[in-house]
Amino acid sequence: MGAQLRVYKRRIRSVTATKKITKAMEMIAASRVVKAQRKVRASAPYATELTRAVTAVGTGSNTKHPLTTEAETPTRSAVLLLTSDRGLAGAFNSNAIKAAELLTARLEAEGKEVDTYIVGRRGLAHYHFRERKVVESWTGFTDEPSYADAKKVAAPLIEAIETETADGGVDELHIVYTEFVSMMTQTALGDRLLPLSLDEVAEEGAAKGDEILPLYDFEPSAEDVLDALLPRYVESRIYNALLQSAASKHAATRRAMKSATDNAGELINTLSRLANAARQAEITQEISEIVGGASALADATAGSDR
Amino acid sequence: MAAELHVELVAADRQVWSGEATLVVARTTSGDIGVMPGHQPLLGVLESGPVTIRTSDGGTVVAAVHGGFISFADNKLSLLAETAELSDEIDVQREERELERAKAAGDATAERRADVRLRAATAR
Repeated sequence: MGAQLRVYKRRIRSVTATKKITKAMEMIAASRVVKAQRKVRASAPYATELTRAVTAVGTGSNTKHPLTTEAETPTRSAVLLLTSDRGLAGAFNSNAIKAAELLTARLEAEGKEVDTYIVGRRGLAHYHFRERKVVESWTGFTDEPSYADAKKVAAPLIEAIETETADGGVDELHIVYTEFVSMMTQTALGDRLLPLSLDEVAEEGAAKGDEILPLYDFEPSAEDVLDALLPRYVESRIYNALLQSAASKHAATRRAMKSATDNAGELINTLSRLANAARQAEITQEISEIVGGASALADATAGSDR
Repeated sequence: MAAELHVELVAADRQVWSGEATLVVARTTSGDIGVMPGHQPLLGVLESGPVTIRTSDGGTVVAAVHGGFISFADNKLSLLAETAELSDEIDVQREERELERAKAAGDATAERRADVRLRAATAR
């Protein structure tokens, strides 16, 4: 076998192996998307009921709470960025990071200091490499986040927002995550979580066709209920964002691995054609060598006959 | 037919139980509260404790609920809990061990959790 042909054969073998791996990863991601979507759906009843309750307190009483009142001049914001622990998901992480950077730039332009909180190794690595300050970070659960993980993430954020700004607290809390729109579409977006504008929550409820909420009797009191409710609301929103990010990440992985598999297939086709051409060239050369040799021999014998 | 109310018991990550009931007893921060059909709209903070649901077919469902809210309006009752288990999902032996361990470690929260679960499991 010629050297050229051997090189092609070797490359075809290696690309075939890669294709098998990407194909397997694609299928794993596909099954995980379904599981992650199911988790998003399973968490929906809690989130809906909680939103209803928050709306009820917000509209049914005129209670003021640090988590719902806007500071007159917000000076510091917290941004929570949700990325994944592992890559191989196309532009998933860079889109989320880009969205966070846009949001940070906007907040800084408004004259606010920005504290960054990060979930996921990818985002953390990005910030560490650029030597930017990260207040707190969590890794290790982005593939399958549990409610306990959401609580863990929410705790320092709630604490920060409850602290006075002068003592190192923050006035606003933003969250950047990747919304799972469909299997094909996932969009990175930044949302303001706190201070909560109750009108917005109420509008959201109204948009879903909710009936007018009745006047509630609060047990023990509206303030206490709101006190207990809002941290749960934040946790539930973070939990939902974590789940959506996980689902989006798996969908992005699936898509990236699918195109990797397709590309590997194309590459194998091209390489096979090149290998065939190389083999054919080799054969042609051999034949022409033989023919050339034979005719040279024939010429030589014809010459000696004379 | 007796009046009924619709109950949804939801934990953060799943729906635990839903159905029709005639009476629901839960523990709020200011004491036990019983809700029957036609109760005034209510929104309360739950303590961790057992929740008893008397279903409309005469059965009883007991669940251990850890923190959360009770909300009632239009004959629909929602119990929101961070974690909730039905009594028949609770492994009594495991919880007994857990209770022992929590007592030994002086972990008040874990002790309370295990205690509530045990009480819910034995109340069935």
